[in-house]
Amino acid sequence: MLWNLSLEGQMKKNKSSMSQLEQVLKSGRFAITSELNPPDSADPEDVNRAAMILAGFCDGINAVDASGANCHMSSMSICALLTRVGYEPVYQISCRDRNRIAIQGDILGAAAMGVRNLLCITGDDVSAGDQPGAKPVFDFDSIQLLRTAQMMRDERVFLSGRKITSELPLFLGAAANPFVLPYDWRPKRLAKKIAAGAQFIQTQYCFDVERFREYMRQVRDMGLHEQVYILVGVGPLRSYRAANFMRTKVPGIVIPDEIMDRVKKTPKERQQAEGKKICVEIIQQVREIEGVAGVHIMAYRQEELVTEIVQEAGLLPRR
Amino acid sequence: MVLEWIYDLTYALLKPFKKFLKPNSFAEKAMISIEKVGKGVVFDCQMCGQCILHSTGMVCSMNCPKNLRNGPCGGVRLNGHCEVKPEQTCVWVKIYEGSLASPKYGSEIMWIQPPVDRTLQDSSSWVNLLHGIDQKMKTVWQTQDEKDALEPIFRGSNEKE
Ligand code: SF4
Repeated sequence: MLWNLSLEGQMKKNKSSMSQLEQVLKSGRFAITSELNPPDSADPEDVNRAAMILAGFCDGINAVDASGANCHMSSMSICALLTRVGYEPVYQISCRDRNRIAIQGDILGAAAMGVRNLLCITGDDVSAGDQPGAKPVFDFDSIQLLRTAQMMRDERVFLSGRKITSELPLFLGAAANPFVLPYDWRPKRLAKKIAAGAQFIQTQYCFDVERFREYMRQVRDMGLHEQVYILVGVGPLRSYRAANFMRTKVPGIVIPDEIMDRVKKTPKERQQAEGKKICVEIIQQVREIEGVAGVHIMAYRQEELVTEIVQEAGLLPRR
Repeated sequence: MVLEWIYDLTYALLKPFKKFLKPNSFAEKAMISIEKVGKGVVFDCQMCGQCILHSTGMVCSMNCPKNLRNGPCGGVRLNGHCEVKPEQTCVWVKIYEGSLASPKYGSEIMWIQPPVDRTLQDSSSWVNLLHGIDQKMKTVWQTQDEKDALEPIFRGSNEKE
């Protein structure tokens, strides 16, 4: 094993966060997180309705931060609504829209509202979204953001060295994309993220199980699977058209030809069912891979399907 | 790699002149012009004033449209091109290859680079380096122990392939 002992010491320093997601992962149970599609409204019921479906079997609900650089209700406000009713959000912070001053302030505010899970991501570029003329910020990168959050929690200081006057119980997460180049760099980048503070990982959509297996083999060789909880990103393809859009327009999503063909060959009215079936199969396959701690289900505008997916993948009963 | 060697040489040449190469001095202005032209031509230098070229495979990471200093984003295209600028190769794909080809400093790609100090934009990174200005942070960003633990990972898992 290449992993140096001093880094393990670093990991043990991370304090407990009172996060339910952390408890589930620590107990060794297979964890499920999902994503709440952020509404284009100012109606709290839109959030509550979606959350009610997911909360039944999810250990954490991601409040996404304008994913794809499209404008929606902010992740911070979704977290506020979720914590109000006692759900467990995963607060997603991207580096695209805010600078270090705003982000550090938001981390404190989120923790004050009862948010216990933070997901630190770089974020898609503004050019991917509906307002490509916006100013991209990227003051931090995701690893700098992680380290800053870790420092705020463990050393109780801001980046400037100024003191933070309370506990900051947080469970820190990051994203990983094993499906894009350079493949050999991806496990090394994971090592960097762990060192910078990541305790759990949610991956990009996994459609290429073989590639993922290879990635996990490298991760295990480096002993990283014992340092971090890895949740595999999965999700149902809604139709051939949607799959094609994801594949060509959404950065970082890789869908192998076999899967595209399989959906294409299916008659239009059954494509959604086929997409769901593929998702269930992928969950069952990745579940068997050593070092996988759970799944992260992303069902854009198909929340009702998540229940069926969880059921058909044999992940029930949950509690 | 020859660029690593040039880096070492430049450092050795400049070090005795630390006294003269003060921030905001005439000498710094001269250095700025030299860096702009020299590093500009060779590396498409963005003059961030806190050069980490030798830790990033002698490829300037500030040419990444997201200014990432710790590794590639998740948007790299299947052909290795950039998510934001599809016509160019991802800067970090080049950095990774450059690092593998840099025997001396290559594994510094594993260091956790601190956030960019935006006040140093357009100042001389050599002057900043000689005077430690590019490393002034009031918090401990990364310990030497952690760097030592991370560096072997870079080449380690590669040997196995
Ligand atoms: S694809 Fe590469 S160059 Fe483009 S934004 Fe991402 S890391 Fe930077």
